[in-house]
Amino acid sequence: MTQSTAVQPASPAPLKKSRAGPILASRTVKHFVTRVLFALAMGLVLVFFALPLTWLVTAPFDSNPTMAVRWPDWTFGNFQTLLESPYALGSIGVSLILGAGTIAVVLTLGSLASYALSRVHIRGRDGLLYALLLLSSVVTGTAAMVPTFQLITLIGLIDTHVGVVLVLAGGLLPTVIFILKDFMDSIPKSYEESARLYGASPSQILRHVVVPIARPGLAFVAVWTLVQVWGNFLVPFLLLRSPETKPAAVLMYTFYTESGQVDLRLISAFSLVFSVPVIVLYFLVNRRYGFRFHGGIKS
Amino acid sequence: MSVAMSSARVRRTPSRVDDIAGLGRVGAGLFMAPALALIGVFLIFPALWTIYLGMTNYRLTGLAAADPDFVGLDNYTQVLGDSSFWWSLRLTLVFVVLSGILGQMMLGFSIAWALRHLKGLAKSLTETLVLAAWVVPGSVGSFLWLALLDRRGGTLNVLLDSPGTAWLINYPMASIIIFNIWVGTAFSMLLFSSALASVPPSQMESAEMVGATAWQQLRDVVIPNIKGHILTNTLLITLWTFNTFGPYLLTAGGPNGQSEILAVYIYRTAIPGGQLGKGAAISLIMLLINLVIALGYIHLARGKKKRA
Amino acid sequence: MNRSKNIGVTISAAALVVILAACGQGASDTPVESAAPSAPETVSMTANAITGGKNAAEADWFTDWVKPQFEAAMKADGRDVTVVFEPQGVDDENYKTKIALDLQSGGGADIIGMDGIWVGEFAQAGYIEPLSDVAGSVVDEWDGWPQISEAVQNALSFEGERYGVPQGADGRVLYYNKALFAQAGLPENWNPTSWADVLDASRALKAIDGVVPIQLNAGTAMGEATTMQGVLPLLVGTGVELWKDGKWLGGTKELGEVLGLYRTIYVDEMLGDPIMQQEAAGRDNSFAQFAAGKIGILLEGDYFWRSVINPAEGVGNAPMADRDTNVGYALIPAMKPGAGVNGQDFVSMSGGTGRVLNPNSKNPELAWELLAFMNSADAFRSRVAGTISITPREDVNAEVLKGDAMLTFVSEEILPITAYRPGLAAYPEVSLALQEATVAVVAGEPVDQVLESYSKAVADIVGAENVDNG
Repeated sequence: MTQSTAVQPASPAPLKKSRAGPILASRTVKHFVTRVLFALAMGLVLVFFALPLTWLVTAPFDSNPTMAVRWPDWTFGNFQTLLESPYALGSIGVSLILGAGTIAVVLTLGSLASYALSRVHIRGRDGLLYALLLLSSVVTGTAAMVPTFQLITLIGLIDTHVGVVLVLAGGLLPTVIFILKDFMDSIPKSYEESARLYGASPSQILRHVVVPIARPGLAFVAVWTLVQVWGNFLVPFLLLRSPETKPAAVLMYTFYTESGQVDLRLISAFSLVFSVPVIVLYFLVNRRYGFRFHGGIKS
Repeated sequence: MSVAMSSARVRRTPSRVDDIAGLGRVGAGLFMAPALALIGVFLIFPALWTIYLGMTNYRLTGLAAADPDFVGLDNYTQVLGDSSFWWSLRLTLVFVVLSGILGQMMLGFSIAWALRHLKGLAKSLTETLVLAAWVVPGSVGSFLWLALLDRRGGTLNVLLDSPGTAWLINYPMASIIIFNIWVGTAFSMLLFSSALASVPPSQMESAEMVGATAWQQLRDVVIPNIKGHILTNTLLITLWTFNTFGPYLLTAGGPNGQSEILAVYIYRTAIPGGQLGKGAAISLIMLLINLVIALGYIHLARGKKKRA
Repeated sequence: MNRSKNIGVTISAAALVVILAACGQGASDTPVESAAPSAPETVSMTANAITGGKNAAEADWFTDWVKPQFEAAMKADGRDVTVVFEPQGVDDENYKTKIALDLQSGGGADIIGMDGIWVGEFAQAGYIEPLSDVAGSVVDEWDGWPQISEAVQNALSFEGERYGVPQGADGRVLYYNKALFAQAGLPENWNPTSWADVLDASRALKAIDGVVPIQLNAGTAMGEATTMQGVLPLLVGTGVELWKDGKWLGGTKELGEVLGLYRTIYVDEMLGDPIMQQEAAGRDNSFAQFAAGKIGILLEGDYFWRSVINPAEGVGNAPMADRDTNVGYALIPAMKPGAGVNGQDFVSMSGGTGRVLNPNSKNPELAWELLAFMNSADAFRSRVAGTISITPREDVNAEVLKGDAMLTFVSEEILPITAYRPGLAAYPEVSLALQEATVAVVAGEPVDQVLESYSKAVADIVGAENVDNG
C-alpha cells in the first residue's frame, strides 16, 4: 500500500481535483491553525522560562527594588555598594578558582577512567559504575558532612581550597565518568585503530585522537561541573574558615539572614554578578561546540 | 557498532571484545587508578562511615556526641515506623513522577521535537532561555522564584491580579514541582535533541512520504530508535530529582511538612533536629530505594537489548 | 639543657616584670620589658557576624575598635600580638553546626561567639569547658564579674559553672501602635494586667479596617522566635517553667491555657493573621507590617526597638520615623495578676549570646586577655556608641542607657523579673515540639488533642520518666 503511493508522484494532483477545493482549503486552515497553536505553545514555553529571569535583569539596576518585576529606576548604585563590600568580588574569584580546580581534576581523571572503561571490557564495570553513582548521592547529602569534615581535618586539608576541590571532585566523578563513558562509547573506533597501527601508545591515542573528537562532550561536562560547584554551599561553608577564602555561594547566604529584612539591592546585584560567569561559560561553549550530547547516549 | 577486530590479547570474558587502544587489563587499571583513588578516599570512605553512623545514636552536640552508642538497627526501625517518613517518601515519589518524569522529560522532549523545525533566532532564544534557567546558581534560582511567588509583591500576583495569594503556602507541592521543572528541563532537552538528531533521516523521510502523521512518526520511527536514550535519561532524572535539595530554599519543607521531600526530611532531622545518626540511617534507606529504581531500569534495558 | 635554661631565664624575667609592676610602675615606659623578646602571637575570634550582613555592628566594632586597641595595648607591653577575626554571618543552625564541627575536631578560633542556649549541649558533648579550667584562676579574679548580675551570668553558665562571658542582655515586651490605639479608643499609656486585657484591646482594634490586631508568633517557620516571643512568655505567665527539677513540661493544664489563647486569637476570633505564621519570612514580614502601621500589638524583644524600627540612619531594617512618639511598650502580663512564676504579676523571657573560650586554644591565657578586654567597660562603651543596646554590665548600663527610655525600662524593670530557657541538649527538640503544637492549634485542631500529641512528642525526646504531665 505504501509503495503504490510512492511510485505515483504525479497522479495525486489531478486525482484530487474533483474534491480539491474544500479539502485544500480545510488542509490550509488546519495547517494554519496548527502553526498558530505551535507558535502559541512555544510562546508559553518561552514566557515560562523567561519570567523568573526578568527580575534578574531589572532589579539590580533599580535603586529601590521590590519583589515584583517593574521598570526600574535606573541606577548603578547597587553595584557600587557591592564593590565597597570587602568580600563580594573576592568571593567570585574564589568561586572561579574552585570551579577551575574541580573541572581540571574531574576532566583529567574522568576522561582517563571513562576511556578505559569504555574501551576495555572489565567484568562488573557496569555494576561498579551504578554503585558509585548511588554512593555519590549519599556523600553529597547532609548526613555525610561529619565524616567528610573529620576526614579532611585528619588529612590536614581543612581551610584550604585543595580540600574543597577534592571533596567536590570526589562527589562529582561518578556522574562525570558515567556521562563521559557514553560519549566515548559513541566515538567511532576507526581512528584509534589507525593510530594503533601506527604504533601510538594508549595515552597518546587518548590525548591526540580521542580527546579532540570528544571535545564537545568534555565541554558539556566542564559546564555541568562548574554549575554544580558554583552553587555548592555546604562543603565550602564547613571546610573553609577565613572570610577571604569563601566562595560566592557562601557569601550569598550572608545577605539572606533574619536580621530584619533581606537587602534586595545587594541580593539582586550580587545574584546577577554571581550568575554571569556561568552564563558566559555556557555561551562560549555553545558558540564553539554547540553544547550537545554528541553521538547520544546508549545504555 | 561492535567492530570485531582481533586485538593483541584475547579476552577470556565472552561478550564484546575490543581493546582498540591496546590498553590491556593493566593499562586500563592504571588509567582508572587516579579516579578510583580519589573516589575511594573522598567518596567511598565517608559514605561507609556515614552508613556506620546510621547505626549509632550519634548527635552533633550533647551527651550523645561525646559518647555515642551503637544501636544497631534501632534507627532503622524507628524511621520505618515513623509516619512522617512514609509521608515524606510519598511526597518524594509524587515529586519525582510529576516533576521529573512527566515534567522535565516530557517538556524537554517536546521542546527538542519542536526545535527540529525551528531555525535562527527562535531556536537560539528558546535554547538560551531554557539553559539559563538550568545554569543559574541554585540559590539565585530559588530566590527568583521566591520573588515571583511572593504573597505581597510578587510578579505572578501582579500579572494574575490576585493580590495576597500565598502560592508557597497554599500550593506548596505544585510550587516546588513547577520550580523543579523550570530548573531541570534543559538536561532532558539537550539529551533528546541529540537523540533526535541521531535518528536516521532516511527512516524519517520514508515515514513522511508515506503520509504518516506526526504522532505516527513519533510512535513508529522515533521512539524505537531512541529507546535507549529514553531509559538513560529517565534513570538520571529520577535519581537526580529524588535526591534534590533545591526545594528547601523555596518552602523549607513547609508549611507543616507539606512539601517535605526526603532530602529536606534528612536535613531537618540532622541539623535543626540534631540527630545525625538517624539522618545517616535515612540516607541509607534513600540509597536503597535509589538502588531498587536503578535495578528496575537496568532490567528494562537488558530486556530491550535481548529483544533487539 | 638549653631549653630549660631558656625557660628559666624567661620565668625569672617574667617574675621581675611582675614584681616591678606591682611596685607601682604601671606606666609602660619601664625598661624591664626588654628582658626577653616575645615571639609573635596570634589570637583569633569567630562570631556569627559579618560586615555588610548579619550583626554587622558587632563585626565592625571588632575590626575597627577591638583589634587595633588590643594590638596597641599588647604592643605597649612589648608583645607582638595579631588579632584575627573570622566572620560567618549565616543562619544560626548552620553556624552552630560549623562551630560544633570545629570544636569536635580540635580546631576552631580561640574565642567563639555562642548563643547561651547552646552552652549546655556543647558542654555535655565535651566541646567546651568552664572558663577557669581553660584559662586558669585569673578568670575568677576578673573585675568585670561583680558588674554582671547573677541572672545575666547564668545565660552562659551550665550546672553552676561559668563557660563564657555574656555580651548583652535582653527582654521581651508588648509593643503597640499608639495611633491605632487612639483610633480604637484605647489608652495611650496602656498597661494590661492580664491576658483578658490584651484580648479586649485586640477586639477593639479589630474594628479598624486593614489592620491585624495582634501578632503572636506561632508556627515552625519562625523557629525559635515562636518559642521565645510566643509560647514561653505566655507559659511563664501561667506560673510554670519549661524545665524544673529534672522534669520537662508535658501536656499540662497550664500549657493548655497557653494553647487556648492561641486558639482564641487565630481561630475563634481571628485577631491575628494565621497565614503570616506559615510564611518562610513570616517574622520579617511581621516587622515590616508593624512598621507600616498594619499591626496593632506585637510581642517582641528589645532587639525590635533598637535594631529593626530604629529610625537612626542606616541602623533599622524597617525604620519608623515616629518610633519614639508612636510606639508604646508594656510589660507582658501574667495570665491573671499573681499567676506568673514566683507569683509575679508580669513576666518576660531573656536570651543572651556571649563568647566562650576554646579548650583547644594554643594560647588560652592570651585568649582570656582578649575576652576580658572585649568585655571591659571601655569596650562596651565603644560597642554601644552607635547603636545603644543593653550591656551585661551594670556600670555601663547606668551611663549609656540614660538617653533611651525603652532600654532603661528593660534594664531596670524587666531584667529583674525575667526567666531563661533551660540550656540542655534536648531543648531545641522540645522547642520544636512546642512550635509544632502551635501549628496544630492555629490549623484548628482541638487543644486537648494537641496537648496529647505534644506530651507524646516530649516523652519520645527525653524519655517518659522525665516528663511532668501535671
